[in-house]
Amino acid sequence: MTVDSIQNGIVIDHLRAGSAMKLYELLGLSDPSLTVAIMKNVTSRKLGRKDIIKIDGITDVNLDVIGYVDPEATVNIIRDGELIEKKSIPAPERLVNVLRCKNPRCISTTEQELPQIFALSDRERRIYRCLYCETRFSS
Amino acid sequence: MRSLIDILDLSTEELQELIETAEDIIADPEKYAEVCRHKKLATLFFEPSTRTRLSFEAAMYELGGNVLSVSSADSSSAAKGESVADTAKTVSCYADIIAMRHPKEGAAYVAAANASIPVINAGDGGHLHPTQTLADLLTIWLEKGRFTDLTIGLCGDLKFGRTVHSLISAMSRYPGNRFVLISPEELKVPSYVKSVLKEKNIPYEQTSDLMAVIGDLDILYMTRVQRERFFNEEDYLRLKDSYILTPDKMRSARGDLSVMHPLPRVNEISVAIDDDPRACYFKQVKNGKYMRMALILKLLREAGTLKTLPERSRT
Repeated sequence: MTVDSIQNGIVIDHLRAGSAMKLYELLGLSDPSLTVAIMKNVTSRKLGRKDIIKIDGITDVNLDVIGYVDPEATVNIIRDGELIEKKSIPAPERLVNVLRCKNPRCISTTEQELPQIFALSDRERRIYRCLYCETRFSS
Repeated sequence: MRSLIDILDLSTEELQELIETAEDIIADPEKYAEVCRHKKLATLFFEPSTRTRLSFEAAMYELGGNVLSVSSADSSSAAKGESVADTAKTVSCYADIIAMRHPKEGAAYVAAANASIPVINAGDGGHLHPTQTLADLLTIWLEKGRFTDLTIGLCGDLKFGRTVHSLISAMSRYPGNRFVLISPEELKVPSYVKSVLKEKNIPYEQTSDLMAVIGDLDILYMTRVQRERFFNEEDYLRLKDSYILTPDKMRSARGDLSVMHPLPRVNEISVAIDDDPRACYFKQVKNGKYMRMALILKLLREAGTLKTLPERSRT
């Protein structure tokens, strides 16, 4: 299977197999105006199996979300057909308005205007906790 | 602005300082009787509570200050849909310090982030209740004379009991302590509390049999199974009488055991134990007031609202 290379945009490579759809949703890539290719469960020399997402036309996605979903993923920024930056995004210390707290007793579930903030509490196991009620979330 | 949301906001040095102030207040209450003259504490209680609110109010009056009070969500602007953030900003215009209880977890954090005066968390749902822990710590200090090398039994509702979680966090910071967690299967300590113990390599034991362990304990911290924390009445009724401490059971305990309870109790401690010298729960109530006095003084001083404090007597 082939997907054309992009002129301007982002290629998120070396995603843990099975994580592409989660990232797709959290990055809001279902927006009908975006051109996106998802390749899931493709062969990888490095990982065995991996997912890839190509986003055409935009480069300003929330990189923290990528670091949250898979800090080992490679983010390639492409401009005018050239690879201008290649990097991994470490799991961010804070995630703002990415996740929603599921604890019905949390203040953030009743007061809708509060920002949804999660703080990294265990980098190794990638555990985040709600800043308000400390409910745990793992990526 | 310095607030108190979580007991871990205070270092062990600061806890010791609060205990020293509380001991000084106990020794010479007169010296503190006018310290907070013309200062106002706002007690915002959006959830039913008698003792914590009265304790805060008594603490402020004994420091010579005044109290502004909201005693239920029904009679406040919260009933009209005002956010915690707006309430905190508004009350900051009237008072010098806020003590807030709210049914939602994290509400005190939101209040502190928006208030321009210190906020004391007087309980945010089933989450945290640091001033109860201050009362517990002063009681342990006065009864045992140390925070180290203690076997601490916690019994009853260890899942929703916020005082239990805070006390475990606080006592985990001192060396040599061991925890015995006694509860029915459904009300076990949540995993995040246990993970703190595991990370710090603190010994703990989980059991549902109080009698098997009561003889090992230096402290037995009893808790009530709280009806308001259950979504399901049936579960509450099934679990509420899991443990009842009776004089008969106390015969198996050590002579120097300290029985503690954050109160109110329902029937988990028989009234026949009240006269047992090992019963400390009413002392805890009094100690809570002294620690709240010490805390109000500390936060008002750090906020610059109080310029001077009485010299602590050195013993």
